[in-house]
Amino acid sequence: MTIQQLSVFVENKSGAMLHILNLLKAEGIQLLAVNIADTVEYGIFRIICSEPSKAYNVLKDAKVSVTLTDVFAIELDDEVGELANVLEIFNKEGISITYLYSFLLNGKGIMIFRTIDNERTREVINLNHLKFITEPNLYTLV
Amino acid sequence: MDTSQYLHPDKELMTREEIEALQLERLQKTVRHCMNSPFYKQRFESIGLTPDDIKSLDDLRKIPFTTKQDLRDTYPFGIASVPLDKCVRLHSSSGTTGNPTVILHTQRDLDEWANAVARCLHMVGLRPTDVFQNSSGYGMFTGGLGFQYGAERLGMLTVPAAAGNTLRQLKFIKDFGTTALHAIPSYAARLYEVMVEQGIDPRKDTKLKTLVIGAEPHSEEQRRRIENMLGVKAYNSFGMSEMCGPGVAFECKEQNGLHIWEDYYIVEIVDPETLEPVPEGQIGELVLTTINREAMPLLRYRTRDLTRILPGECPCGRNHKRLDRMQGRSDDMIILKGVNIFPIQIEKILLQFQELATDYLITLETLDNNDGMTIEVELSTLFTDDYARLEKLTKEITRRLKDEILVTPRVRLVANGSLPKSEGKAVRVKDLRKKF
Repeated sequence: MTIQQLSVFVENKSGAMLHILNLLKAEGIQLLAVNIADTVEYGIFRIICSEPSKAYNVLKDAKVSVTLTDVFAIELDDEVGELANVLEIFNKEGISITYLYSFLLNGKGIMIFRTIDNERTREVINLNHLKFITEPNLYTLV
Repeated sequence: MDTSQYLHPDKELMTREEIEALQLERLQKTVRHCMNSPFYKQRFESIGLTPDDIKSLDDLRKIPFTTKQDLRDTYPFGIASVPLDKCVRLHSSSGTTGNPTVILHTQRDLDEWANAVARCLHMVGLRPTDVFQNSSGYGMFTGGLGFQYGAERLGMLTVPAAAGNTLRQLKFIKDFGTTALHAIPSYAARLYEVMVEQGIDPRKDTKLKTLVIGAEPHSEEQRRRIENMLGVKAYNSFGMSEMCGPGVAFECKEQNGLHIWEDYYIVEIVDPETLEPVPEGQIGELVLTTINREAMPLLRYRTRDLTRILPGECPCGRNHKRLDRMQGRSDDMIILKGVNIFPIQIEKILLQFQELATDYLITLETLDNNDGMTIEVELSTLFTDDYARLEKLTKEITRRLKDEILVTPRVRLVANGSLPKSEGKAVRVKDLRKKF
């Protein structure tokens, strides 16, 4: 039910993200979404891309500190209040969201998020018939 | 009692009291003899000290230290305590950082040196039936002739292969049935690589069982790796040309600390800054006094090597003190807020974190008129996607470092590969403090 996200350790210095992106570009890896917060010394650069395992190996070989993280991806209708409705469900079920970001893909909103309890999150997604996305169908949306 | 495991049981099995009695006798004799050295004569006279003032081992501390600079200033023969015609050999350092240092030897010095090396080799189980191959450089470097004469004294068949030409070394090992090899640790690893390339299995195709390694700093992990690769026991050897060369201190079969031969040397461990003795068991600079040398005794020689005396008794039965593995050089010491810190202490802690790569950089800087230390450490793999856990790791590293070095460093995680590589003498410490 989850998809793989690249999580890359980047120092807060000029060119750090560019270095990562150039490595992926050279191997023809396509990015679907990226996210990073403004922190003081370093950040975790989170990337949803085509071929996450290959991307992981590319970065690993270049001695980049990187890990693959299982995250949830839920498809949302592009309508007012959709994200609020989904968060309402998680809130009721007592599931805290560690981080969240979203992007649009072919007119569909995609919400990427991580929680501290994957098992419970899976149950809640199933019980509430939320439209989760798996890796194969994420790429066919492209 | 079966004393066959001791080459010199009368010396190796001395009690502490016997050792100290012999040391005092030899120290007094050495100091009197040193008055034949223009250097020591002048030095004693300048502070009004005479050999008669040395009445106990504690009185050793009345004698000024001898430094490497003293050896350079008196280059080549100014410290000798015998006329040159009594000397039969000299060894000299390379002198890359100034005048070379020269050490002179009489025939008696060479004999005693060979005895010390033979004692070391016997201690790790080598016997006249062994075949000893020495892959040290010969010539001025003391690891060559030092082990050569020691191994011959013990009665082994010696193979003076000298350094280099790895294929030839391997041929000797196979053809001559070499059972014991002296090599620097990095060369032992190299030998193994070439064995693998040549399809040689060291366990099946050679008779190697003992390795003597030294002259190059190495960790316990490296030693174990060499032992596993070659299927041998590897023993740590410590020596320096100023103290003759190899044979100063050597591990016994316990592989837990190097016995320093106290019938040859008086050992002190001092704070490199205050030059006062450190409490037993603490790290400081190794200071050695030769008490069994004729041509060129050295009194309270500051070796610049950092180590500590291991507390407790050794199960091998020898009461000669044990030195810990060398912990770096006193020139590397950092003084921060009045606390002495050795980079090796920091390295030791960092090595315990699997999340970190091996490189690190220590920066000392003044912020708001306050001196502080920043330690940058490389994250090897990102083990988590969670900022909180990275923060927790940083805090844990900081806490463990503080417990070790007593000041709180600022620890910064940096990307893998972003710090200077630790080949050779990498710059691990940058001092950007304001000097007042």
